[in-house]
Amino acid sequence: MRAWIVTLAALASLASGPASAQGFAGLGLEVEGFAVPAPDPDFDFPADHGAHPEYRVEWWYVTATLEDAEGNAYGIQWTLFRSAMRPETGPGWGDPQLWMGHAALSTATAHYHDERLARGGVGQAGVRTSPFRAWIDEWSMISHAEAGADALSALHLSAAGPGFAYALDLTAEGPLVFHGEGGFSVKAPGGYASYYYSQPFYRVSGAITLEGREIAVTGQGWLDREWSSQPLAPTQDGWDWFSIVFDGGDRLMAFRLRDREGPDFTAATWIGPDGATEALPDGALRLTPLEEADVAGRPVPVRWRLQLPARGLDIETTPLNPQSWMPTLFPYWEGAIAVTGSHAGRGYLEMTGYE
Amino acid sequence: MHGAALAALLSHWRRHPLQLAMLLAGLALATALWTGVQAINAEARASYDRAAALLGQDSLVQLVPERGQTLPEGVFADLRRAGWRVSPVLEGRLEAGGQRLRIIGIEPLTAPPAAQPLPIGTTGIEGFLAPEGLGFAPPATIAALGDAAPLPLNSAPDLAERTIIADIGAAQRLLGQEGRISRLVLWPGGEGGRPLSEIAPGVIAQQPQPGGEVARLTDSFHLNLTAFGFLSFAVGLFIVHAAIGLAFEQRRPTLRTLRALGLPARTLATVLLAELLVLALLAGAGGVALGYGGAAALLPDVAATLRGLYGAEVAGALSLRPGWAAAGLAMAMLGALAAAGTSLWRSARMPILAPARPRAWAMASDGTARAQAALGLVLLLAAFGLALWGQGLVAGFALLAALLLGAALVLPLGLSLVLAGLARAAGGPLAQWFWADARQQVPGLSLALMALMLALSANVGVGTMVGSFRAAFTIWLDQRLASEIYVTARSEAEAEDLRAFLAPRVDAVLPIWSVPARIAGERADIYGVIDHATYRLSWPMLEGLPGVWDRLDAGEGGLISEQMARRAALRPGDTLRLPGGWEGLVLGVYADYGNPDGQVVIANDLLLALYPDVPRLRHALRVPPERIGPVMAELAGEFGLPEGAMIDQTAVKRFSLEVFERTFAVTAALNVLTLGVAGLALLASLVTLSGLRLAQVAPVWAMGVTRARLAWMELARAVMLAALTAVLALPAGLALAWVLLAVVNVEAFGWRLPMLFFPWEWARLLALALVAAALAAALPARALARRPPAEMVKLFAQER
Amino acid sequence: MLLAMENVHKSFGTGAAAVPVLRGVSLVLEAGRTMALTGESGSGKSTLLHLAAGLETADSGRIAFDGAELAALDDPARARLRREGVGLVFQQFNLIPSLDVDANIAFQARLSGRHDPAFAALMSRRLGLEGLGARYPEELSGGQQQRVAIGRALAARPRLVLADEPTGNLDEVTGDQVLDLMLELVAETGAALLMVTHSPRLAARLGARLHLRSGVAG
Repeated sequence: MRAWIVTLAALASLASGPASAQGFAGLGLEVEGFAVPAPDPDFDFPADHGAHPEYRVEWWYVTATLEDAEGNAYGIQWTLFRSAMRPETGPGWGDPQLWMGHAALSTATAHYHDERLARGGVGQAGVRTSPFRAWIDEWSMISHAEAGADALSALHLSAAGPGFAYALDLTAEGPLVFHGEGGFSVKAPGGYASYYYSQPFYRVSGAITLEGREIAVTGQGWLDREWSSQPLAPTQDGWDWFSIVFDGGDRLMAFRLRDREGPDFTAATWIGPDGATEALPDGALRLTPLEEADVAGRPVPVRWRLQLPARGLDIETTPLNPQSWMPTLFPYWEGAIAVTGSHAGRGYLEMTGYE
Repeated sequence: MHGAALAALLSHWRRHPLQLAMLLAGLALATALWTGVQAINAEARASYDRAAALLGQDSLVQLVPERGQTLPEGVFADLRRAGWRVSPVLEGRLEAGGQRLRIIGIEPLTAPPAAQPLPIGTTGIEGFLAPEGLGFAPPATIAALGDAAPLPLNSAPDLAERTIIADIGAAQRLLGQEGRISRLVLWPGGEGGRPLSEIAPGVIAQQPQPGGEVARLTDSFHLNLTAFGFLSFAVGLFIVHAAIGLAFEQRRPTLRTLRALGLPARTLATVLLAELLVLALLAGAGGVALGYGGAAALLPDVAATLRGLYGAEVAGALSLRPGWAAAGLAMAMLGALAAAGTSLWRSARMPILAPARPRAWAMASDGTARAQAALGLVLLLAAFGLALWGQGLVAGFALLAALLLGAALVLPLGLSLVLAGLARAAGGPLAQWFWADARQQVPGLSLALMALMLALSANVGVGTMVGSFRAAFTIWLDQRLASEIYVTARSEAEAEDLRAFLAPRVDAVLPIWSVPARIAGERADIYGVIDHATYRLSWPMLEGLPGVWDRLDAGEGGLISEQMARRAALRPGDTLRLPGGWEGLVLGVYADYGNPDGQVVIANDLLLALYPDVPRLRHALRVPPERIGPVMAELAGEFGLPEGAMIDQTAVKRFSLEVFERTFAVTAALNVLTLGVAGLALLASLVTLSGLRLAQVAPVWAMGVTRARLAWMELARAVMLAALTAVLALPAGLALAWVLLAVVNVEAFGWRLPMLFFPWEWARLLALALVAAALAAALPARALARRPPAEMVKLFAQER
Repeated sequence: MLLAMENVHKSFGTGAAAVPVLRGVSLVLEAGRTMALTGESGSGKSTLLHLAAGLETADSGRIAFDGAELAALDDPARARLRREGVGLVFQQFNLIPSLDVDANIAFQARLSGRHDPAFAALMSRRLGLEGLGARYPEELSGGQQQRVAIGRALAARPRLVLADEPTGNLDEVTGDQVLDLMLELVAETGAALLMVTHSPRLAARLGARLHLRSGVAG
C-alpha cells in the first residue's frame, strides 16, 4: 500500500493549498470513465511495468537501506507518481497525465529531499517499457536487464536534489511478488482495492553524494508497483506502512489504514526467501505506537511494535532518523528503520495523515 | 493666545477670498499636475513590474532563442532531462473581438515561484489544464471581449489590459504555435551539469532585467513625463509664491499690531506656519484628487503611446496608490514652504515698528533683479557647459533645467532694459508713462512672467521637437514606404503562387523577409533586400561607405539602423557579427524612427543562405499609381486574402502617423496645461496687484485721462508684457528644442533629428500668450473702468 | 465768472443709507481770484473741490466752469476739462511714481498739448527743484514732492488751480514755504485758486473765504 493519496493531494495543493485528500480535481468517490481494479488480475509483462493511463493513479516506488564501508547507515527513496485528469493520453500539452517525483536521502542526522512536477506528452516525465525506463527531469530508473529476464530485475537508479545525489545499481535476487489475491490488493471492507506487486529482493550497490562528498554504499532495495482509480474510503485519513527485510531472508509488507469512525483495516504479505507469499487477512496484524517524536511541529509515532501471531512475529522498529519528514506539497513521513525482537532486520516505514 | 492670533490672521482671507482662492488653486493645480504625472508613471511602472514579475523576467534568467522568435518545445524536455530546471513560456499577439491581445502561455507545474502567476490558485488547476483551456484576464478586457473571447476567461484584476494568461498548451493552440515556445524561465540556481550550448545550441541565457525589457525601453519616456510634471509644479508654485507674498505684505499691519500687543515673534511665525500647512494640506488634498482625475483621463492616451512606441501594455484603469498620493501631499507642503519661505522668514524677524509699506513687495529693488539676472547668467553658462561636455540622459535634463531656469531668471532684467529703451523712445506723455509704468510693474509681475516664459519656452521647445520629428518621420515614411502595395501570404505555398501571379502584373515584387535575432545582447531584426532601384533611390541612409549598395548586394556586409549603431557603438567600416557566426562589415547606417528594436539589412541571398528557414511571406509591390486599385482587386479576387494581409501605402502611412500623433498627445496636453497654469499665475498677480495699482493710476486720472482709457492701457500693458515675454521666450524655446533633439532624443531613443522651424506655430503661441494675458488683465481692468470716482479720490486725502 | 456753483447737493451712498454731504452750496469765483474753503472735517469741503474739478458729479444744482455746465459734459469731456482747464494739488499722491520729476512737471502740460519747456524750466527753478529733475518721487522729501505737484499743476497753465490741503502732510515751516510759492505762482500766471484748508491762518491769506458747516455755507 503506497501513497496514492499523496499523488492526488499533492497536485491538489497546487490548486488550493493543503486540501482534503478527496477533494482534488473534482474527484469524488465516483470513478468517471476510469478503469477499476478487478479481482484475479492477469498481468502482462513488460507492458504492465509501464503506465496504465486508464487508471487514475499509479506509482513506481523504490526504497533502499544502505551502508558505507565504515558501517554508517543510509536510506534512499525514489518515487514516480502518475495522476490522470482523464483516462487517456494525448500528444503535447494536451496530455491529461500528470507526473510527480519524490527523492530523498537520509542519514542518522540529516534528511535530504526534493520534489518534481511534470506533465506527460512533452517528454519531461514518463515511463517506457522497451527498454524499461521511468523518468522525471534528470531523475531516472533505467533497466539494464538481460534479454529474457524481467525488465525490473536490473535497474540503474539516479536522482539529485539540494545537497544530495545518488546513482545506484539494483539487481534482483528473487522473483516479483504479488500482494493480496495475486496482485489484487483490497484496501477497505467496502471493496476499495488496487493492483499491487513488488520486487523486494534487490541487492544494491553504488554511490551516494552528500554535500558534494561521494560515498560508496551497498545494501538492500525494494520496489513497489501499484495502480488504481479508487481513493481510500472517505473515513480513512492515513496509514502506517512497513516493508522489512529480515536477516533470515524473509520479507514482510504490512500496513494499517486508520479509520476515524470504524475499526482500522490491516493487511500484510509474508514473503519467503524464495518469493513464496502468504497474504494475511484484516486483523492478523497488530500495530502499537511506542514513542512519538515532534516532527515538523506535530507528534508522529516513530517507534512501533509489530505483532503477527500467525508467524510468531513480535518486533520493535527504530527509525534511522526520526525526522525523516517529506515536506512536499502533501507532507508525509518516510524513512529507514531497524528491526529488533523476535526477528531482526531493516526496512522502510511510511506514515501519512499526521496533520 | 495662539487661537486669537490665528483668528486675527485668518480674518484676512475672509476679506480677500479671491486671494485665498488663488493660493489654494495655485497649490492645488501644481500638486495636481505633479501628482497626475506621478500617478501615470506609477501605474505604467506597476504594469511593467507586474508583467515582468509575472514571467519572472525581473528576477530570473531567461533562456531565449539566439535568433527567431520561438524555440521547438523539445528543448524544454531536453533541458529538464539534463538537470536544467526551466519552465517554458509562449508569448504572442492575437486579434479577437477587435482587440489586439497579448497571450501568455505558462506551464504551472514547472514555473518557478517567482514566475508563478497568482490567479490559478483560486480556481483549481484542472480547469486551467482542461482541454477547452481557461484564461485569466483583467475584468475590462473580459468585458470588452464579450462573446469574442478566444477561450473561457476568469478575472484577474492585476493583469495588464489586453493580456491573457493561459496554459502553454492553450496558448500554442490560440496562437497557432503548436510545438513552439518563446523562451524558458530558469529557476534560481537551476543550471544543470552540462553546458547550455551542448544541450540546446541556438539558445542563449539572458540575465534578469528589473522591470523587464519594457521598463528599460520606456525609462526615457517616463523621465520625460516627470520632467514635464516638475515643470508644471514649478510654474504652479509661482502662483503660490505671489499669493502668499502679497498676503504677507497686506497683513503686515496686523502682524505689527499683534507683535505690539505682546505676541512673541516665534509664536507668530509658528502660527503663520501652521496656517500655511493647513492651507497646503487642503490644497494638496484637492490637488491629489484633481491629479487622480486628470491622470485617469490621460491614462488611455499614455497607454496608447506606450503601446505604439514600445509595445508595452499598461493597465487602462488607474488605481489609487498610497505612494504617489502621499508624495503629492508632501510636494504640496514642500512647495508651499518653498514658496512662503522668505515671507515666513521676514515675518519672524520683522522689527515691531517696521513701517507699513506695501510697495516693498511689489517693487523688488533693482539689486534683487540684478542678483537674479546674475544667477540666471551663471545657469545659462552652466547649460552651455553641459551642452558641450555633458553625457547621458540625466545631463540632458540638467541642461534643460539650467537653460529654462537661467532664461527665466534673466527675464526681469531683460524686460526692464527693453522697456527703459522704449520709454526713452516714446513720443507722447501717455506713451512715456505707459512704458515707464510697465517697467515699474515688472518686478511685481516678474514671477508670473517667468512662469509664462517657462510655459512658452516649453511650448516652443516641445512644439519644435515634435514638429521636427513629425517632418522627419513623414519624409522617412515616404522613403521607407516607397512601395505601393504590401501583401502578406498565409503560407509559403501561397507566397510562391502570389509571386508567380504578380510577376507579370507589377513592376517589381520586393521580398520583405526577416528573422528576429539578438545582436550584441539587443533585440534586432535582420532583413534581406534584393538589388532594386527602390532602395538605391530612396533609402534613408544617414552615412555609408562608398559604393554601399553594390557592396551590400555582393554580401560584404549589412546596413544597421541608427538606434543600433548608437547602442552597439558601431560605425560604417566596423565589423558586424550576426547570429550563427557570420561576420561582415557595417556598410551604412540608416534612420529607423519609432522602432525600439535594432535592425540589420543584408542582401536577400545572404539572408536565405544564413537562415534558410526564414518565413518568406511578406512582399512589397511596385506598381504605377493607377494600377494600385486594380492589382489589389485582382489579388483579392484570386487569393481571397483576408483584410490586413494586403494594404496600400497610404493606409500604412496613415496608420503610422496616427501612432505618431497619439504618441505626442500627452505631451501636447501637458503643454496646454502648463500654459494654462502660467495664465492663471498672471491673473493671480494682476488681481493682487490691482489694489496697489491705484496709486499709479489715480494721479493720471485726476489730470484728465478717463478711467476707460486707463483701463485699456492697463490691458494693453499686460498684453505688451506678455508679448515681450513671448519674444524673449522664443530663443529659450529654440535652445530647448535643440537640447531635446540633439541630446535628449539621442539618449532616450537613439536617433537624432534635424531641427526645423515653425514660425506659424510661434505666431499661434504668441497669439495664445496674448489672449491669455488679455484674459488675465481683463478682470482688473474692468474693475478699474468701473471704479467709483469717490473711491479714487479718497486716495488723495486719506491717511493710509 | 470762471467758476459758478448754485445750490449744489451731493450725497454718498443710496436710499436710506445715503449720507448728505453738500446741501445746497453756492459760490462764485472770478478769474484770477483766490478763495479758501474752510470747515470742520466732514463738512464737505473736499467734495465741493472734487465737484469743481469734475472728478465727481453733483446730485443736483448747477456747476459751470467758464460758462460751461459740467452736468452736461460726459466723462471724456470732463477729463478734458481737468486736463486743459484745471490744475490739481492734493494732500498726497499727486505724482506719478514711475516718472521722474521733469516728466511729472511736464506731464499734464503735454497731455493738454501746452507743453512749453522754457516755462516748465522756469517753474522748476522758481520751485527750487533745480538738479532734481532726474529723480523719482520716492526719492524726494514730502515738501519737495508737493512743490513738484504745484509745478505740475501750474505748468499746464490752467485757468483754475484746485488745491486740497496741499500742505496737510507737511510740517508748519515747510507748509508755509510751499503755500507762499503757490500763491506767488498763481498770481504770476493769473490763475484762479480754490483751496481747501482747515486752517484759519492759511485761509486768511486768500482773497475770499467760504466756510462750510455740515454741507451748507455758513
